[in-house]
Amino acid sequence: MPHVELNDLTQSPGQWLRGSGPQADIVISSRIRLARNLADFPFVGRASENDRKRIEETLKGAVLGVQDANRLLYIEVEDLAGVDRQFLVERHLISREHAESQGVRAVAIDGGENFSIMINEEDHLRIQVLRSGLSLDETWDEINRIDDHIDSKVTYAFHEKYGYLTACPTNVGTGMRVSVMLHLPALVLTRQIEKVFRSLQKISLAVRGLFGEGSQAMGDFYQISNQITLGRSEQQLIKQVQDIVPVIIDYERQARDFLIKESPENLHDRVSRAYGILRTAQTISSEETMLLLSSVRMGVNLGLIHDLEIPLLNDLFLKTQPAHLQKLTGVELDSSDRNIERARYLRSHLHGRAKDDDSQKN
Amino acid sequence: MKCQKCDKPATFHITELTDGNPQELHLCEDHARQYLSQSGIGQAEPENVAAALAQQMAQHMAAGQVGQTAEELARLDQQLCPVCGISFYDFRSQGRLGCPNDYICFEQQLNPLILNIHGETEHTGKAPKVSAQASQERTQVIRFRREMQEAIAEEDYERASKLRDTIRRVEQEDENKPAQ
Repeated sequence: MPHVELNDLTQSPGQWLRGSGPQADIVISSRIRLARNLADFPFVGRASENDRKRIEETLKGAVLGVQDANRLLYIEVEDLAGVDRQFLVERHLISREHAESQGVRAVAIDGGENFSIMINEEDHLRIQVLRSGLSLDETWDEINRIDDHIDSKVTYAFHEKYGYLTACPTNVGTGMRVSVMLHLPALVLTRQIEKVFRSLQKISLAVRGLFGEGSQAMGDFYQISNQITLGRSEQQLIKQVQDIVPVIIDYERQARDFLIKESPENLHDRVSRAYGILRTAQTISSEETMLLLSSVRMGVNLGLIHDLEIPLLNDLFLKTQPAHLQKLTGVELDSSDRNIERARYLRSHLHGRAKDDDSQKN
Repeated sequence: MKCQKCDKPATFHITELTDGNPQELHLCEDHARQYLSQSGIGQAEPENVAAALAQQMAQHMAAGQVGQTAEELARLDQQLCPVCGISFYDFRSQGRLGCPNDYICFEQQLNPLILNIHGETEHTGKAPKVSAQASQERTQVIRFRREMQEAIAEEDYERASKLRDTIRRVEQEDENKPAQ
């Protein structure tokens, strides 16, 4: 019964926001994904419905052997309710494209949410491994193991010159995207973030928002990843991202120091107001919540707020997302009801007495 | 060759095919970017200039090498992949390839595009257990399946059954793979 198991995920914080590891105040998570295709089927965009079914059957067998089947959740995405698809997107277990596209497609999810494997996304296979904090070497070891296992069961599309062949030439070669998610509120506040992005682009690193390609940088979360996938080894691509992260962390710390030195009152005021709104609002949008939680998160890291822990804040970033709120309340809510429920959820988790106020009202 | 709009060397050679009449443009990187952004695409932040340019070219133009005439490009654009049946024009308008064999049959057009995107054209990373040659032979199954469907449609059952046997033989290779 995959449905029951899917609901089990609502109780855990999700790998990418677990918030552990060195520099966890700035480095949120590490992620590597590999794009692979079977040699004997057209790419997904050109595949018939029958091809898609056969691709799914072939890969399902290979993917289920990746680890103990009891710790794997295999979901046929086509059969999933809209809110459950969105829920998986919010947890970074499937892409928005995978949630929204048509036709036979699936995802295999590790029970600990350390990896997910999408079938019939843009490529036949998109394997991704997630880890909290900066942990790219370990992430690579795990994804390499998964890839080797699947490789032993199927025949990948491979070219002696161009490497692993993908539906889009931007992924050809290694088929690998290495990314690190960073929380950079002070660089945003000091308007230096654009400068950082421009210098990253010069060395072929891409910057994306919270939900990947084309998404807005919600809550000051940014993903730094390699742009190039061909002509360099996996280790070289990993090292390039690995080497740049401490530099960006250093910029962010300098920006935070600058904000404190320049006007500690202004910074403290901004953080306190954000905290105040989150504790007292009666209706609040997802965007505003992300923005304010980002300020509060920085406030906690700078010692301006003392009665909050980072793991709780990380949890709130996730649980106030639209699908998570609906999964937690167990009912479908429209946007205005969600804003009310979100505000209630925030009050009850950020302010002990808010709960009492609510119960008095009821 | 100089850029048509300034004295810098032209590094982007664009053939505009959208109006039916091919028109050749030779531009430096700055002017190519300006030209492409004026054509209404790529308003979003380019993550990487080369990649953005290459993607846009792939979607709307043929990226040719110096010396290729517009007519040659137009002809190449209509050539079909014998395995999946797409043309390079289909790739340019959708931005996605049809099958692994496209990298072989459209190599002439794809190679400069790949060079623009990655700055390299040679894979140096991991390789699968199967050889590239075996992988390419396997891709031919896509063609056999299509031909089998055609044979069935034409009621040529003898040919269809021969093709079916060939497909089965190739497909069994995975089952014979030794367990890891």
